[in-house]
Amino acid sequence: MLRLIFAVVVLLPGAAAAQGMGAADARHLLNRTGFDARLEQVEEFAKLSRGAAVERLLAGAGGVARTPAPGWVKEWTDPRRLRQMDAEERKLFVREQIERGLELKGWWFSEMAATASPLTERMTLFWHNHFTSSLQKVRSPALIYRQNALLRKHALGNFGELLHAVSRDPAMLVYLDAATNRRGEPNENFAREVMELFTLGEGKYGERDIREAARAFTGWSIDPASGEYLYRPLLHDGGEKTVLARSGNLRGEDVLDILLAQPATAEFVAAKLWREFVSPQPAPAELGRVAAVFRASGYDIRSALRALLATESFWAQGNRAALIKSPVELVVGTLRQFDIGFGDPLPFVLLLRALGQDIFSPPNVKGWPGGEAWINSTTLLGRKQFLDRIFRVEETRIAMQRPAMREKLETLKPGARRFMQAVADLQFSARDWQRPFEGREAMVPVVLLAAAPAGSPSGEGMDYVRALVADPVYQLK
Amino acid sequence: MDRRDFLAASVAALFSGSLCAQPSGYRRLLVLIELKGGNDGLNTVVPHADDAYYRLRPRIGVRRDDVLQLDGRTGLHPALKPLLALWQVRELAIVQGVGYPGPNLSHFRSIEIWDTASKSDEYLAEGWVARAFAGHPVPAQFAADAIAVGGNDMGPLAGSGTRAIALSDPAAFLRQARLANPLGKAHNSALNHILKVEADIARAASQLHGGMQFSTEFPRGPFGNAVRVAAQLAANPAGVAAIRLSLGGFDTHQNQPNVHQRLLGELAEGIAALKSALLEANRWDSTLVMTYAEFGRRPQENNSNGTDHGTAAAHFIAGGRVRGGLYGEAPRLGELEGGNLRHAVDFRSLYATALERWWGVSSAGVLKGRFAPLDVLRA
Repeated sequence: MLRLIFAVVVLLPGAAAAQGMGAADARHLLNRTGFDARLEQVEEFAKLSRGAAVERLLAGAGGVARTPAPGWVKEWTDPRRLRQMDAEERKLFVREQIERGLELKGWWFSEMAATASPLTERMTLFWHNHFTSSLQKVRSPALIYRQNALLRKHALGNFGELLHAVSRDPAMLVYLDAATNRRGEPNENFAREVMELFTLGEGKYGERDIREAARAFTGWSIDPASGEYLYRPLLHDGGEKTVLARSGNLRGEDVLDILLAQPATAEFVAAKLWREFVSPQPAPAELGRVAAVFRASGYDIRSALRALLATESFWAQGNRAALIKSPVELVVGTLRQFDIGFGDPLPFVLLLRALGQDIFSPPNVKGWPGGEAWINSTTLLGRKQFLDRIFRVEETRIAMQRPAMREKLETLKPGARRFMQAVADLQFSARDWQRPFEGREAMVPVVLLAAAPAGSPSGEGMDYVRALVADPVYQLK
Repeated sequence: MDRRDFLAASVAALFSGSLCAQPSGYRRLLVLIELKGGNDGLNTVVPHADDAYYRLRPRIGVRRDDVLQLDGRTGLHPALKPLLALWQVRELAIVQGVGYPGPNLSHFRSIEIWDTASKSDEYLAEGWVARAFAGHPVPAQFAADAIAVGGNDMGPLAGSGTRAIALSDPAAFLRQARLANPLGKAHNSALNHILKVEADIARAASQLHGGMQFSTEFPRGPFGNAVRVAAQLAANPAGVAAIRLSLGGFDTHQNQPNVHQRLLGELAEGIAALKSALLEANRWDSTLVMTYAEFGRRPQENNSNGTDHGTAAAHFIAGGRVRGGLYGEAPRLGELEGGNLRHAVDFRSLYATALERWWGVSSAGVLKGRFAPLDVLRA
């Protein structure tokens, strides 16, 4: 029966193609480029053509976060001051930085849950996973915040500008050891990663290119007094260098331009965008066209996305539900899809860590491998438990109001109490959520799942909704 | 003996192997213990006759009088006293100087190198145990190929083809496993993967019911609990080829002595309890325990009473079939490289030992090269 409903809804738009792309396509576009696909959005986008819908998404994207940043993001502590601290003072400082790191993760989570442009946050997260930096190494939440603002500012802007900006971003300089890259004793960390992971991809350069490029980046550093980028001419190696057959007294900027001039860069970034938005395996001919558009546009990210979202592969039925939702997509998407209200984001920050995507702390410079690596027995059960519990917030709240429970809460440590309180403060109204579907029950599975369910979810009302969310296909986008 | 007793005894014998020949292949269990954060090998296995050691570590070095001396040069940290009993019955092998060429001092990168058994400048996607299972499958009737107890990364067990389960508490796992939804048809590889994991969970859950009760007392705390879980899993007749435990907190940049004392105590008591429980379950002779960590620590102590990230370190191999003794090479503190120890034994030699000598699986394909196994097992 369900499969039949799916077939009908999927086939219907054919008849109405002149007016718009229909609900199934709208759902696919919204979910793939954002976090969720709510009924009213699906119905609105269903009336647009595919091209017009993509334009609307692109036009609304980019810019600044609307969730107010923590007050301390402009603060900076001179590392020389840090070295003067005694053990006790240092401990307090470190503890404060850890607290701030959690607060920062909560801030981004809240922004993703609230944003009017999910595509902006998806692209910011995409760049965070491309130009990775981790709190674990950078240890300054303020610098990581500034990097995040930078990534968001350029999220749908120009890749060349983004590459130049992020290369002198203080968090990146710390993360890839600029401090120890100096004339006479170069550190190759940044030079290697900028070629392997940021632009060309493995195998498109030689070890010698890395050594020479590292020399070009010497002198790029941070002003300890302000935490801003600082060029130190005395540490810069001004000698002759050769990178990818281009020779001269190259500076770091020149190396970045040499990398941008290589066709491999557009191909590498386009392939990564493909795996993010289209399917696990790029189709070579179509990918080549997307890369060519990207390069011809002078690395305009909007142009690349426009080309990508116009490929046959993006819309192909065979590629629907072919990607696994990341933990962020699953958790943020579920909260948005079901209009679940929250105050303190801490439980979700911890949940994302348990599910394998601790934002601002990627596992290493390669970022999260993603895809099937998101799912193992622990993370899958963690996902299912979250989905099981999120619909029981009403029960949880009632349970938490019992006097015995309140007493027990008082005995918990502050961190645990904060966690429990945040869980008790979650809000979800099944009735409000179901109201728009009255008379249109067939739309429930269409909105919730990217393809027909794998199992046979059954039941009435919210039982049916929960069964759909428990179906393995809910893990797919 | 009446008929019922006889049947029960036969069934028990069938599973415990006591009447059969020595268990072979994946009936032999590998228990990996990760010392997260990078254990300080020099204060674990102490070169107590080397003056250079005390020069490098004037404040945090383990005093000669406190060292549990194994021979004239080598001794154990006093917190490792519970391991002495294993040493004395020659069931504890100590491999000194384990590391790899081109050491990386980042926690994340270096543990990735250890987990995937890659070269220092090579990125591999799958764990080395998972690669072994991909080439030489674990029998399908096993509850799982491998189980990670505690922690949420799969480490060396991570791989798309492996039936690897992670759990902290079997009871909680069984409760959660009810949420698994393994039925259905896959129409693409993403869904196929999810359905496979759902099925792995359901299968493991259906076989891991009922834990054995031990008279062994397990140490308190998360590691002691993990050891208890590992012993229960090992005792389960359904079978599992590898179990990974982890003990965290070894990143001792500051005030190392107290922290390290506590951690080594937990480790040694845990291994001693594991032996005691596995003897009860008749599995000690078919279990090989091996420690590993992303790196050792810098020989020169730092200014905060601790040690920074280093390179090579000593590791332990224990079990009923282990040929106890010292292996590898005592640290050469006079020949440091950039302030760090040169390695004497490639970590992949330990893996080759587990693969070839323990499981009887050829290691060259799994480890992408030839690494000589250590001669640490009795025939």
